[in-house]
Amino acid sequence: MAGAVWVLAEQWRGALSDVTYELLSLGRQIADGLGVPLEAVLLGSGVDGLAASLGVADGVLYAEDPSLAEPVGEHGSRVVAALAAEAKPGAILVPITNVSWDLLGLLPVRLGAVLANFCSDVQVVEGGLEARCLVFGGKMEVRVVPRGETAVFGVLPGSRGADGGRSTRVPEVRRVAAGAAPAGRVRLVGYEDPEAGDVDITQQDILVSVGRGLQGEANLDLAEELAELLGGAVAGSRPAIDMGWLPVTRQVGKSGMQVKPRLYLALGISGAPEHVEGMKDSALIIAVNTDPGAPIFNVAHYGAAEDLLEIVPALIDKVKERKGA
Amino acid sequence: MKILVLLKMVPDVVEELEVAGDGVSLDRGFLRLIINERDENALEQALILKERHQGTVVVAAPEAPEVDDVLYTALARGADRVLKVTGLDEELGSRASAGLLAATLPAVPDLFPVDLVLTGCQAIDDLDGLAGPVVAEHLGIPYLGIVTGLAVASSNIAHLSREYSGGVRGRFEVDLPAVVGIQGAEKPPRYVPIAKVRAAMASGRIESIPAGAAAEASLLDVVEMRRPVVAERAEMITGDADQIAARICEILDGRGLL
Repeated sequence: MAGAVWVLAEQWRGALSDVTYELLSLGRQIADGLGVPLEAVLLGSGVDGLAASLGVADGVLYAEDPSLAEPVGEHGSRVVAALAAEAKPGAILVPITNVSWDLLGLLPVRLGAVLANFCSDVQVVEGGLEARCLVFGGKMEVRVVPRGETAVFGVLPGSRGADGGRSTRVPEVRRVAAGAAPAGRVRLVGYEDPEAGDVDITQQDILVSVGRGLQGEANLDLAEELAELLGGAVAGSRPAIDMGWLPVTRQVGKSGMQVKPRLYLALGISGAPEHVEGMKDSALIIAVNTDPGAPIFNVAHYGAAEDLLEIVPALIDKVKERKGA
Repeated sequence: MKILVLLKMVPDVVEELEVAGDGVSLDRGFLRLIINERDENALEQALILKERHQGTVVVAAPEAPEVDDVLYTALARGADRVLKVTGLDEELGSRASAGLLAATLPAVPDLFPVDLVLTGCQAIDDLDGLAGPVVAEHLGIPYLGIVTGLAVASSNIAHLSREYSGGVRGRFEVDLPAVVGIQGAEKPPRYVPIAKVRAAMASGRIESIPAGAAAEASLLDVVEMRRPVVAERAEMITGDADQIAARICEILDGRGLL
């Protein structure tokens, strides 16, 4: 694999995402291991100033076009595929985020390149690349070896720290053609920010978070009672929001909020990577889930492999006892 | 309007997963398959659109254990036609499987053209590709994923709402036909009583469609599958409910959280 290592510098609403630096840190290690340059690929319109913070890369390829002002996978993947078809990088690292998800899916198909998805790590092994990928909701890990000239890696956020991806060095920026104007079959009309008014779960010290294991909206009262006793708020994983038990403002994870409370009580949450991404930095994580093999126990400090519907009422009683004492 | 929904079966991760003797795949003897959750949301969204626009919903899925039940349930929920694409290797990756569906379905009588193709925006086994983008590229139509809201504005334009982090939503306009990767439907998937599913089994028909092309060889070699090795797992608390609750209280107390 002789081509350069590329990192997609994720730009959204005029700012670079933190995950970009995580990927630069990973990319630096891979590029050094292979003895090839590390290049950041930045797409946008009038955001060349952002390139200055990508100094961990040897160079920045900057494609500017009004259609790239905001990341629309339909357009971005076309541009990156055209650039890669010509430059033939050995690896392209793309973050697994909601912003870059469509590009991640479309790029390998348009480029005719292999995709290794859900990567928690990519390493140089015997002169080639090998990735570790978390599949089946984080319950299994596979080691994979991609074949072909260029491999696209979808990298999970939080796989490594961002510090190794930051540098004050000013990289060389090369402007590249954005290619033919896309047909414009997908058009961003605008963004809608969430309505204020509900509890801001990012500001809570204590979160009682519920998932599918809650089994039904009727049991939400239990979580609310416990949260109230502890002086916290109720949050939830994706299924709790999809089932309509909680509003989207209470969602923790990739599509929701990133939280770092003093206590995160995970009740009936399996711990899929998308959820863990949003809560893994909590100071204390206690998880209750009937499945002893649930990935949530890989990030929790304490766990109980029990039914939350048995544990929570007992916990409410005990907390009442303590508070009353 | 005609909506094609693509479904697939995935391992139920609530069950224990075991690695097969080959060391690189799941032991299928222990496997329980369920419908990919986001595909189920895609079906629900399609049925909502059908009710709104008096369209038809056609569901297609690769052959897999338990898929017949899922297809009959789709009929009971309101789908008009269900197709099972046969002759696909069970071990086929997401990319090859989606590529075969896209190569096969346009030749099915009275199916194309369709206005919308809806599928889940992701599945837990999407190791080497995502179905939506693969199908969109094969069909030469646009793709938008992580969609949670979908309104058809005219015969050739849809308004879509796409999720970002922090509860932000992007509003998009997409030319039809298009492939849409659904994250969540407007409402949770509708419940159908078992009697209605049985009725669909008695009167409905699953059309078997042989895969119309050879699968593309995967460019991704799996060299090992195992449970993730973690540096430190949770300290597990055991005992009856009262004992566990007491221990949790102790931990909270120790941290000044009570």
